Amino acid sequence: MQNYNFPDENGHFGPYGGTFVAETLIEALDELKVMYEQFKEDKDFLKEFHHDLKHFVGRPSPIYFAERLTKKIGGAQIYFKREDLNHTGAHKVNNTVGQALLAKKMGKPRVIAETGAGQHGVATATIAARLGLDCVVYMGSEDVKRQSPNVYRMKLLGAEVVPVESGSKTLKDALNEALRDWVTNVSNTFYIIGTVAGPHPYPMMVRDFNSVVGKESIVQMDELVGKQPDAVIACVGGGSNAMGIFYPYIPFENTRLIGVEAAGHGIETGKHAAPLTANSPVGVLHGNRTYMMQNDEGQIIETHSVSAGLDYPGVGPEHAWLKDTKRAEYVAINDEEALAAFHNLCRTEGIIPALETSHAIAYAEKFARDLSKDKIILVNLSGRGDKDINTVAGMAGIKI
Amino acid sequence: MSRIRKTFDTLKMSNQKALIPFVTAGDPSPEMTIKILHQLVTSGADMIELGIPFSDPMADGPVIQRANERALSKNVGIRKTLEIAKEFRKQNQVTPLILMGYANPIEAIGIDEFLKLCKSSDIDGVITVDYPPEESKAYVEKLKQNDIDAIFLLAPTTEKKRIERIIKQASGFLYYVSLKGVTGAQNIDIEQVKNRVGEIKSLTDLPIGVGFGVRDSETAKNVAKFSDAIVIGSRIIQEIEASNESNMLENISKIIKSIKQVI
Repeated sequence: MQNYNFPDENGHFGPYGGTFVAETLIEALDELKVMYEQFKEDKDFLKEFHHDLKHFVGRPSPIYFAERLTKKIGGAQIYFKREDLNHTGAHKVNNTVGQALLAKKMGKPRVIAETGAGQHGVATATIAARLGLDCVVYMGSEDVKRQSPNVYRMKLLGAEVVPVESGSKTLKDALNEALRDWVTNVSNTFYIIGTVAGPHPYPMMVRDFNSVVGKESIVQMDELVGKQPDAVIACVGGGSNAMGIFYPYIPFENTRLIGVEAAGHGIETGKHAAPLTANSPVGVLHGNRTYMMQNDEGQIIETHSVSAGLDYPGVGPEHAWLKDTKRAEYVAINDEEALAAFHNLCRTEGIIPALETSHAIAYAEKFARDLSKDKIILVNLSGRGDKDINTVAGMAGIKI
Repeated sequence: MSRIRKTFDTLKMSNQKALIPFVTAGDPSPEMTIKILHQLVTSGADMIELGIPFSDPMADGPVIQRANERALSKNVGIRKTLEIAKEFRKQNQVTPLILMGYANPIEAIGIDEFLKLCKSSDIDGVITVDYPPEESKAYVEKLKQNDIDAIFLLAPTTEKKRIERIIKQASGFLYYVSLKGVTGAQNIDIEQVKNRVGEIKSLTDLPIGVGFGVRDSETAKNVAKFSDAIVIGSRIIQEIEASNESNMLENISKIIKSIKQVI
């Protein structure tokens, strides 16, 4: 994959991606495409972007050798890319800094976002406050209930949080509602999508802004270990943290890329959020074509995962393409395995990982066990788990 | 000539404009939808837009979203929608039937299967909301081969060059979305719509229907002065929501008559 060059000019990754939206949004997407093409090469824009990543987000995030975990597993050496140490606690902020700066350059005074667990909403509200932009975040009313600390966080940061009552009242419905807002307020509003999905140019743009994670890793692994990892592992919901670390590694053919989806109660139960691993049918939703959990008449079905951030029926179109071309592999970890990895990491390394991230850690443990000690695994530690302590306590029957 | 174009031509001779009501198939139930469709025709509808229920209707406002949810709760999806259409056709072979829906249900059963079912239900046109022309060339070609009109949306933001491209693929009529927003949104700016429709008319002979913001007979009357058809959806669905089974048909009929009278 030395000459990997996707998407094409119409946003297609092989048969995936594209622009499947009502005519009412085409003009806004065309405008965004033109502006993004212009600013992604613009020296001043990039200077501002990297300035904020350094001074506001705290980049570069370190790479950390998980020595005790490695010893405990007794196989390959496990390293973490510490995105959990970013301002706001996850990789999500890399993308919101980029898109909000673009909004500012385009003269849009108002930004909107969808959020599931609330991490992308918080990251958007944060940068909106920093840049003085109005901010509205759409969140399924079920998620509003489940994630009340993040709802309050967004409000503290000056954002308006709109609970979405339609459909299944979760992330996909929040995305629908944000699209409806955008159609209505297109002249003054920039829609900051939080993952590598949506109509072109979003999957490409979100990937590009997050690819700072992979780019830093390549330099840091060389400095720290003197070679690149044998495998890079990241969790995949929509797939933004995984694309962020995978993308710069695509030309490194000796590095396996492994995406970890949420198996929920188990793939065989149907109650999961793993369209790639389950080989779900290909469909069209939220502006792009990709693998999609749906019934035989094309209705999107409800997903399940202990982690709200992975609880999405589709997956970014580039992951669909990387699966088909076999450049990346996709596996799934169930709720129970993820929770076990969560607790293990807390006690072994002194790091409370996000439940999303715990899926990647759980698979890394399994994977490392069968490898020799000279092999190296890099896990994208995409977010910290402070936001999840209520969920984890609740599952243990503890009220905090 | 398609049944849709024929209807427009006939109306033109008597200086009338087409009234195109929209309902979602299966709302509030499959049996009621069939009764509603016949009632719409009796009360003055010239064509009918029948919505294919979808779990994620992104271009629709809250009223039509709820209609989709009610239909889905009665297990009405794309296949059942076409059965409803077929049932309607047993008694009515005259009124053009236009399906409006999203791409995913169509792709899920397969485009060829969809076309086969459309033919067997004698469907006249299809609006596929999230298939812009760039992503649907092969599909539109197949619709045409089956003598089904491919009806496209034009938005207030659609540029002239793009309108020209869309016109090349479109047939039946063009559906002008009268405002920036979702279906059933606030009232529209008549002057603005008039200018845009005039602009589109200078580029094509296709009839222009206007929808998304037409909520009352006053608006319909004004819009009909410069367009060829009025599409009215959310307003009818509100009537379905507010009625019970015994007065639903009567209430829908009142709305349709009041609008048909003035256009």
